[in-house]
Parts: sequence; C-alpha cells; structure tokens
Amino acid sequence: MPVSHALIQEFIKILSPNQVLTEEADRLSYSYDAAVLTPKIPALVVAPSTEEQLGKTIKLAYENDLPLTVRGSGTNLSGAVIPEPGDSIVILTNRLNKVLEINQEDLYAVVEPGVITSQFAETVAAQGLFYPPDPGSQTVSTLGGNVALNAGGLRGLKYGVTKDYLMGLEFFDYNGNLVKTGSRTVKCVTGYNIGAMMISSEGTLGIFSKIILKLVPPPKASQAMMAVYDDINKASETVAAIIANHILPCTLEFLDQKCLKYVEAHTKAGLPTEAAAILLIEVDGSHQAGVDEDAAKVKDICTKVGAKDIRVAKDAAEKNKIWEARRNALPALARAKPTTVLEDATVPRSKIPAMVAEVNRIAEKYKIDIGTFGHAGDGNLHPTILCDRRDTEEFKRVEEAVDEIFDVALKLQGTLSGEHGIGQAKAKWMVKETNQATVDFSKNLRRALDPKYLFNASKKII
Amino acid sequence: MPEKTVPRPGSLRELAQLLMSLDNLLVSCMRCGLCQAVCPVYGCTFREADVTRGKISLLENLAHEVIKDANSVDDRLNRCLLCGSCQANCPSGVNIMEIFIKARSFVAGYRGLGAIKRLIFRHLLPHPRLFNFLTGITGVLQGPFLKVANRRVGTSKAAVLKPFLGERHIPSLPSKSFSSRHGSIDTAAGKSGLKVALFPGCVPDKLFERLSEATLKALNYHGVGVFMPADLVCCGIPALASGDSQAFLNLTSKNIQVLAKAEFDYLVTPCATCAANIKENWPRFMASYTETEKKDVDSLTAKTMDITQFLVSVLKIDTTPGTKNSNAQKVTYHDSCHLKKSLGVSAQPRAIIQSLPGYELVEMPEADRCCGNGGSFNLFHYGLSKDIGQRKRNNIVSVHPEAVICGCPACLMQLMDMLSQNNDDIPVKHVVELYADSLPG
Ligand SMILES: Cc1cc2nc3c(=O)[nH]c(=O)nc-3n(C[C@H](O)[C@H](O)[C@H](O)COP(=O)(O)OP(=O)(O)OC[C@H]3O[C@@H](n4cnc5c(N)ncnc54)[C@H](O)[C@@H]3O)c2cc1C
Ligand code: SF4
Ligand code: SF4
Repeated sequence: MPVSHALIQEFIKILSPNQVLTEEADRLSYSYDAAVLTPKIPALVVAPSTEEQLGKTIKLAYENDLPLTVRGSGTNLSGAVIPEPGDSIVILTNRLNKVLEINQEDLYAVVEPGVITSQFAETVAAQGLFYPPDPGSQTVSTLGGNVALNAGGLRGLKYGVTKDYLMGLEFFDYNGNLVKTGSRTVKCVTGYNIGAMMISSEGTLGIFSKIILKLVPPPKASQAMMAVYDDINKASETVAAIIANHILPCTLEFLDQKCLKYVEAHTKAGLPTEAAAILLIEVDGSHQAGVDEDAAKVKDICTKVGAKDIRVAKDAAEKNKIWEARRNALPALARAKPTTVLEDATVPRSKIPAMVAEVNRIAEKYKIDIGTFGHAGDGNLHPTILCDRRDTEEFKRVEEAVDEIFDVALKLQGTLSGEHGIGQAKAKWMVKETNQATVDFSKNLRRALDPKYLFNASKKII
Repeated sequence: MPEKTVPRPGSLRELAQLLMSLDNLLVSCMRCGLCQAVCPVYGCTFREADVTRGKISLLENLAHEVIKDANSVDDRLNRCLLCGSCQANCPSGVNIMEIFIKARSFVAGYRGLGAIKRLIFRHLLPHPRLFNFLTGITGVLQGPFLKVANRRVGTSKAAVLKPFLGERHIPSLPSKSFSSRHGSIDTAAGKSGLKVALFPGCVPDKLFERLSEATLKALNYHGVGVFMPADLVCCGIPALASGDSQAFLNLTSKNIQVLAKAEFDYLVTPCATCAANIKENWPRFMASYTETEKKDVDSLTAKTMDITQFLVSVLKIDTTPGTKNSNAQKVTYHDSCHLKKSLGVSAQPRAIIQSLPGYELVEMPEADRCCGNGGSFNLFHYGLSKDIGQRKRNNIVSVHPEAVICGCPACLMQLMDMLSQNNDDIPVKHVVELYADSLPG
C-alpha cells in the first residue's frame, strides 16, 4: 500500500490502532456513496472520536499531501464522498456523535458532526422541541453531511432547509486550526458570515467539528389530504393558488402517473393509477381550529381548480395511509429495476408541468423508464431513472438523458440540484448554470482556504 | 439415503464464478445506506464493512475479482447475526438473506471448515441420541462447577469453564431433555380437530425444556393432536450459518424423511429461529433435493408456524384484553428478529400477553431491535454480541419491568446473560410459558 508504514504509525499515534483502517477489505467499503458512479478505493481510512483527534488528523494528512475526503454516512447522491484519485485518505465523522447541549430556554442545540439526523430530531422532540429538516435519508444521514450539502426534506416549503437552522459552526482549516463562526444568539454580526459559506461546501473548505442548530416549538395540530388530478397543469395551478392564498402547507408533495403506477404495483393500496398526478398536502399549526380552517381552504382550492377527487384524512390511521403513497415512492421505483438513478433537477414552482412533460419526452426519446415524484411546493423534482448499470449501452442512454434533463431544467430557469449536491456528478455542469467568472471566483476562494487543493478536490468546482 | 454434496470451489476463480450466480441480487443494492439505521453490528462499530451495504459491495468485488482476499471478505461477512433487520428495512427489496447464506456457503466451501465445526455439524447434530446423551451427562456433571450468578434471572457462571464459556452467565442444563423424557409422541386430534407436528428445536428441547413442556400443555389443553417423532434432528441453522450447506442439507433431509411419513395440519415450534429457518432456508437449496423431497419441503414450509401464531391465528384463542388483576406484573416484550422480521409475527404474542389478567404490557424503546445473540454469532463474536445486547438491556430496564417476555429461546439466552451480568433482577420468559401458566392443570 502506497501510504508509508511510518505515516500510518503517526496516524495510529494520534488515534489508536482500531481507528486506522488499512486492510483492503475495510478500505474498499469506503470507495462509494449512494451515487451511481465509479468507486475509488482510498489508501487509508481514519475514524477520529474526539475533536482533538480530528484536528491533528487533518493537519497530519495535509502536511503529507494526502488528498482528503471527509465522510459522514456516505448517503449523498452526487459522489461527494467518493475518495480522491491517488493515495487518498478518508476521514470518518461517525464516531463524533455526541449531542453536546440542548438549550430549552434559548432554543438551540450544539452537536458533533456525526450525530444522526433523526436521532437528533427524536432527542430534541423528547424535550418538547422541534428540528424540522427531514431528508429522506434522515434515519442514517449525519448532521455534518446535512450542513455540508444543505439537506432539505419534505418540510422545506414551510420550515426551510438545513441552512435555515444553522446558527454557528466550529471547523478545522487545512492547518488543523479551529475556526469559529456564528454564535448561540439569534442575532450575530461578528465577523464574516462564514457559516453561510460552509453550507453546502461539500467538504471542500473545512471540516466541521461542532454545529450549533436552531430549534423551534413543534406544531400542535395537523391535517393531511390527497388530491387527485387528471391534468398535471391543474395540480400545478393548485400549488400556485394555495400559496397565493397565503397558506404555507408544511408538506406539498407530488407523484406523477408513472410513479403512481409503480407505487400501486408495489403496495396494492388502491391508488388512482389513471390519474395524471396526485398532490399530498399537509397543513400544520399551533391550534386545531386554525389548522382546520386552512385545511378547509386548501380543500376548497383543490376543488375549484378541478381536482377529480380529494381524500381528507379523518384520523391518524388515515393520515398514515395517505402518506404511505409518498413513503413508498422510492421503494417502489427502486424495486422495479436493479439500478436507480435519483435525480434532483429543480425548477420554479410554476414550471413543474413543463418540467414533467420534458422529463416524459426525454424518457421516450432515450427509451428509458423514469418516474417522477418530489416536493411540489419548492419545485424540487426527483425524476428517478430505472435501469441496469450492467447494461452499458442502456446506461449510456441514461447518462445522455440525465444531461438533457439538466439542460431542460436550466432552460426553465431552474437549477442543477435542489438538495442532492454537485459532488463529482454535476461538477462539469457548474459553468453552464453560472458562468466562467463564478467558477474562477470559487476556485480562487478554494485556493485561499486550501492552498494545496487537497480537500475533496474533484468535487463541486473543477 | 444418499449424502448430499454441494459445489466446493477449488480456486479463487471458481469462487468468483459461484458468487457471480448472485450477481442479479447483488446489483439490486442501490447503495442508499439505509441499512445503517437498523444493523445491530454497524450500530456498535460504525464500520461500513459491517453493514449490509459494505458486505454486498465486498461480495460484488470478490465476484468480479477486484479484491482477491477471500478470507478477509469472509471474516467480515461473518460479522453478521443473519437477523434480517436490513432486509426487512431495505427500500430496494434486496434479497439479502439469500445473498448472505449462499455466499457463506460458497466462501466456506473455498476456505474449508474448522475441525470442531465439522465434528459438531456432521457428527453430533445428525444423531439425536448421542446429542441427548452428551447434554444429559453435561447436565449431571455441571453441578459442582456452576455457581449461581443471578437467582431471579436463573443463571449460573463457572470459573473452571471460563475457557469455553468466557464471561457468559448461562442457564443450567436440565438433567433430562424434553425428548428423552417423552420419547416419541403421537396423539390423535381432540376437540380442535387439528393435529400438529411439534418441532421443539435443540434449545427448547435440551436447555429450556420448560418451553417445550409449556407448548405441549397448551396444545393438549386445546385438544390438538401432537406428533413428535424421537428421531427429529437439529433444524440445521447452526451449520448453515457457518456455511456448511452440506451438513445443513443432510440434517434437513433427515427431518423431511421423518416428518413426511405422518399426517398433520401444521408444524409448530416455540423456537422462532427454527420456524424461520424451516420456512426460509429449507427451500433455499431446492436444486439439491430429490423430487419427493422438493414436494415435502413445499408442503412442510407451508405448514410451519410459530406457536403464538398458531394459538392466535389458527386456534383463535380468546385474546380480548380483560381487566387486570390488582397485582398484575408489569412486563415488557422483546420482538425476536426471526419472529417479527422473518415470520411477520409481532401482534400475536402481544395479544396473548395483553389478554392475561396477571400481566400488564409496557413497550420498551426499540422493542424490535436485535438482542445480539444470532446463535453462532454469540459463540464466535462474543464481544460484539455483548455490546449489542447491552443496548437491548438498557432499553429493557428503562421501562422498569418485572419480567421480559420474548418468543425465541436464542433471545432468551442472550437476555438472561445480559440482565444477569448487569445484576438486574428481571426474569426472562417465553410467551408460551405465560400462556401455559394461565391454563388449569
Ligand atoms: C434514500 C435517500 C434519500 C435522500 N433524501 C434526501 C432528501 O430528501 N433531501 C436531501 O437533501 N438529501 C437527500 N438525500 C441525500 C443525502 O442523504 C443527504 O445529502 C445527506 O445530507 C448526506 O448526509 P451524509 O451523512 O450521508 O453525508 P455524506 O454523504 O457522507 O457526505 C456528504 C457531504 O458532506 C461532507 N461532509 C460530511 N461531514 C462533514 C463535516 N464534518 N465537515 C465538512 N463536510 C462534511 C462530505 O465531504 C460530502 O461532501 C437522500 C439520500 C438517499 C440515499
Ligand atoms: S438498504 Fe438495501 S439497497 Fe440500501 S444500501 Fe442497504 S442493502 Fe443496499
Ligand atoms: S442480517 Fe442483521 S447483522 Fe447482518 S447485516 Fe443485516 S442487519 Fe446487520
């Protein structure tokens, strides 16, 4: 193995023998993430369990010119933790997993980066508070990974995404020095707003060791419904009308016909497979009466716009049933074919019908299966391509289709990625969405903060 | 009966070719990583090679000859309880157990089995009399060596046996197994009009014979005819888990031969692991059976069920929750993986507990998280098994129960060991024991 024995011993001195993984079988299991991309086996994997170990590890790796990737749970969908080419090192954060403080009075929490999102949300909930960001991977994703990718989730429309909860950060720079930004206060203008820059930095600027997150009081009441449409434009008009009426549902999800067919085939739950699309809508708030009023208004809007059928959940069991369609979207699609390419193109809300039409046209053009679901409230769609990565000819068509989906999203004034990140997968597209000056500026920024360009170099900006 | 044989790869290339037969299954893992949330081993070690996604990727790379060190892949493959939690939770519906069981068999065939495993799987388990004889003497001889570890839990420890037992706190062996006490049983259907084959399973037969007695009592009470031939052998799971599919198949075909002779409506067992193994693994190697065996396996697996499922779903015993006694015992229920995740049985045991006036059920956090026993996993990875068990123990004591109830003897052993080592005075019981105790006689 190319990293010298002496260097490995130095890492072991900082950490301990079982925190330094050198065997091929162990290293191989850090060669991939959830993106369908070519894996790369790192030369070394280390698992610090204290902030001090983390800092020293970074310093030692940097001094020895090791290309470096920091990895949370490896669930990102853009190749953001596929190790760097050459003799690279992977630094794991999952042993840095302590919730350090939950402050009930000032409504914030301080956590280490390896804390699992849903475990954190449950811990906070047990104390009567609420941490809203809920990515589909929340049972496994780390808060560090959430910050580094600005993870969103179902509640984005009303409650925002991870960036809306980041109050402060401590992170290590390439020298292994600890940098602090933000604070435990609601207002803070001390220094640059470095936290904003670290949001969705994808491990390219610094490595978080502590995160201060905002908490909010939980909603006390909610109401869910499903609206069925035979025309996808009407679904989109409904979304626009709900928002124009100043109602912000906590979730406003969308499944297209193809997706519905897959879900129904998988669950046999009696979904309207003839529908062009369905919306799943949930409103919440602090008073039942207010929520009921909003729900009635939403129902009204759905009817007026022309929903074919509206099912309002009468109790918790019915609400659960309504959400089952959405929960089963990915499982149903994933089971249909061996490989699942989960895309993330995002367009302004009003462009959803145009985007879905384009996705369907592209599917036909390249003769591939695509089911689309997503967060209608934020225009964040997940066209999901079903294929078999072993079929190289088909996979080439898939790659072309993905390129065309990006093209279309940009034409519709959308963006390459709503929440899954740029990583390796979309780095080459950055110029197209922005311009060369933006890419150069970003590179200069990176060089200033990482002179040897070792932090996740092949990701984000290339 | 001809001995079964299975393919034994002689070279890495042959091993890779055998593993390629699993390629269609391996490729369906989409690397989402959601298995991290439920894998008990990963939950302790946070190592990717310990979670399903990591193991699948290792096997894929071994199949495609990217990695050439089969032994180190095997070592990681074996750090797994075969608990099925990952499969039950996998959004992509990957047939993980098929992958793991077949891969263990291929890799063990390549690597070879240790002498002790060979001796046990091929010479002890297939011979019920020898097995009963040996456990019988152990039962008599253990007396002087064992010291009570926890009276309430019912465990002992033995300093002189430390090389074999480690730090374990174990239940003591009864001097006579259930099967040597009863010989073969064959009674006619009574008022229920049903007859079942009783498959006690090694642990309820030899170690926790009280579970088999309770099962028999419940069946007798409800007028269910019982068929239990004396020459039933181990269901085969220990051999299969160690990759010895040859020994497994020989055990299976012995059992099939014994069982196929008789007429019965269901095959019931108080051992969730046996039930899951019969239903899921006996048919797994279909190609290795004779035509008659294939038919027998089909009919047997369709008839197999856990005792609580039989009581509630077939016999339809009255499970309306009644008023509780004023001194009802507060108990909590642990979902055995093989019961809930393999057989889908989680409502029935709870329904039984709730129907009994003497018990009040309180749910513990993570009731369906694996206890860490995993049969042979506990033998070969005791440190890990204990770490996993400690989390279960903490969940149990967090609701301050007077007893823990579960539905699988393997969990019973593990929970007893964990509680006893933590000095918790909490006895562990099987659901069927509670039920049988509530019956007259
Ligand atoms: C089934 C599924 C559903 C998903 N649903 C959603 C969804 O609804 N919304 C959404 O936004 N995403 C979703 N994702 C994508 C992904 O889970 C999220 O982006 C998540 O935030 C990644 O967390 P992680 O811990 O796995 O990070 P990783 O994948 O390990 O890393 C992600 C990035 O964070 C960086 N990073 C990690 N830790 C640190 C640290 N301490 N300091 C600096 N950088 C760090 C890494 O270098 C990398 O660039 C989904 C993924 C899957 C597989
Ligand atoms: S949950 Fe299933 S599909 Fe996802 S990584 Fe684990 S085994 Fe693969
Ligand atoms: S069977 Fe259990 S122990 Fe094995 S990988 Fe799956 S969840 Fe982990």
